[in-house]
Amino acid sequence: MSKIHVSAVVNGDPVDFLADPRESLLDCLRDQLGLTGSKEGCGTGDCGACSVTVDGVLVCSCLVLGVEAEGKAIGTVEGLSDGGTLHPLQRKFIEHAALQCGFCTPGILVAAKALLDQNASPTETEVRYWLAGNLCRCTGYDKIVRAVMDAASEMREAV
Amino acid sequence: MHYHKPHTFEDALKIAANARGVTRFLAGGTDVLVQLRAGIVTPDDLIDLKLIPGVHDIARTADGGWTIGIAVSGAELGRHAALVAEWPGVVEGMNLVGSTQVQGRATLAGNLCNGSPAADSVPGLVAAGATVSVIGPNGTRKLAVEDIPASPGRTHLQAGEIVTAIHLPPRGAQGGDAYLRFIPRTEMDIAVVGCAISLTLDGDKIATARVALGAVAPKVLLVADAAAALIGTTLDDKALAALQAAATAAAQPITDRRGTVEFRKDVTAVLAARTARIAYARAKGAVK
Repeated sequence: MSKIHVSAVVNGDPVDFLADPRESLLDCLRDQLGLTGSKEGCGTGDCGACSVTVDGVLVCSCLVLGVEAEGKAIGTVEGLSDGGTLHPLQRKFIEHAALQCGFCTPGILVAAKALLDQNASPTETEVRYWLAGNLCRCTGYDKIVRAVMDAASEMREAV
Repeated sequence: MHYHKPHTFEDALKIAANARGVTRFLAGGTDVLVQLRAGIVTPDDLIDLKLIPGVHDIARTADGGWTIGIAVSGAELGRHAALVAEWPGVVEGMNLVGSTQVQGRATLAGNLCNGSPAADSVPGLVAAGATVSVIGPNGTRKLAVEDIPASPGRTHLQAGEIVTAIHLPPRGAQGGDAYLRFIPRTEMDIAVVGCAISLTLDGDKIATARVALGAVAPKVLLVADAAAALIGTTLDDKALAALQAAATAAAQPITDRRGTVEFRKDVTAVLAARTARIAYARAKGAVK
C-alpha cells in the first residue's frame, strides 16, 4: 500500500507526513505527528473526543482521512495555550473542576473554543446544544457548561 | 485502497469506470469513514468529490429555485439565510443530523445516497419536490429525490452513477415547509418517525401539498393520499384528521429497539398534524 505525502499546517506550524489512505486524520495526528492530545473514544463520530478544526470548521478527526488534510489548516488542543500560558477555557476548566478522568477534555476544549470564536456570548442552552456531540461519562456536564460560560464572560471583559 | 481526488465529475466517472473492486464516493465522509473503520465496507477505490469546482456552492437558479452542491455541509446550509428563509423544513431536517462536529462534514447528497430510511434530510427534500442531477456511463439524467432510495442502504442509482447536484424548485409566494422527527432524547439520535410537509396556499386554502414520511418503511415515503387530504382545505380539524388517517395508513413500520409498530403508527399521526400546522403557519408568513 503506497503512502501519500501530505503537507498541512497544524496549530500554525507547517508539517509534512506520509499517510496510508485508510488512516484517519486522528491517527495521523497521534501516530505521525506525535500530537496525542486528540483522543479516540469511539472512532465513529459519536463522542467528540477527537474534535479538531479543519480550516476553522469543527469536525471529528476520526471522520476525516489524513490525506484530506492536504493544504488545510488544522487546529488541535495543543494549539490552545500560548507558550506556557493556558487559554482562559483551560484555566476555567481547572478552576471549576470541569474534568475528572480527562479523556473527553481536549475535544471539549477545542469544541468550546470553536463556539466562542463565532459567538462570544452564548446562552447556556447554546453551549449545551453545541457540545451535544462531546460525551463525558464523569462530570454530568454541569461543571463543563459552567466553565465554558465563565471563560466566555472573562474573555468578553478582556476585549 | 486507492484515494482519488478528481477535479471534474467526468474524471470521477472515468476513475469509477476503470475501478474493478468496491468503489465509494466521498461527499462528506461521515458514513463512509465509519463503514471503513468498522470493516463493513473497505473500498478498493475511494473517490473524493470535494475538490470538484462548484460542489461547495449554493446558487440561485434562473427560475428562482436553488442548486445545492453535493459537498455543501449541514453547517453551511444552516448559515445560508436566504435558503433558510425559503426552505426552513429542508434545512431543519439536515441540521438534525448528528452533532456540531458531524454538521461540519455531513452533506445532503451523502445522507441521500447512504440510503437510510431514517435519514433526517430526505423527507424534507421529497416534500419540497427536490430533484438531483446524475452523471453516469450513459450520460446525464435528472431524478426526483423520492426515486433515489430503494431499501435500507440501497439506492436506484446504477453502478458508476454519481449525484452531481441537488435542485430545489422555486418556493413561490405563500409557500411553507417543515420537518419534525421523534427521538427519545433532545439531540443526537436517529429518527423513530420523521415527517416533512411542504404546501402552498391560495388565500387561506391549501393549493398544493406534498407529505413525506421517514423511518416507517424500508425507504422514505411520499404519501399522495395524505397530501390529497390537505389540498382544498384551510387545515381545519376535519382535514387534520384525514391527514392523520392517510399518513398512518401509509406507514409500514417495523418493531425494533427504538419503537414498536403501534408506537410508530401513533407517532406518525401526531407528527403529521404538528408538521402540517407549522408548514401552514410558515406559508402564512409566520416567523420561520
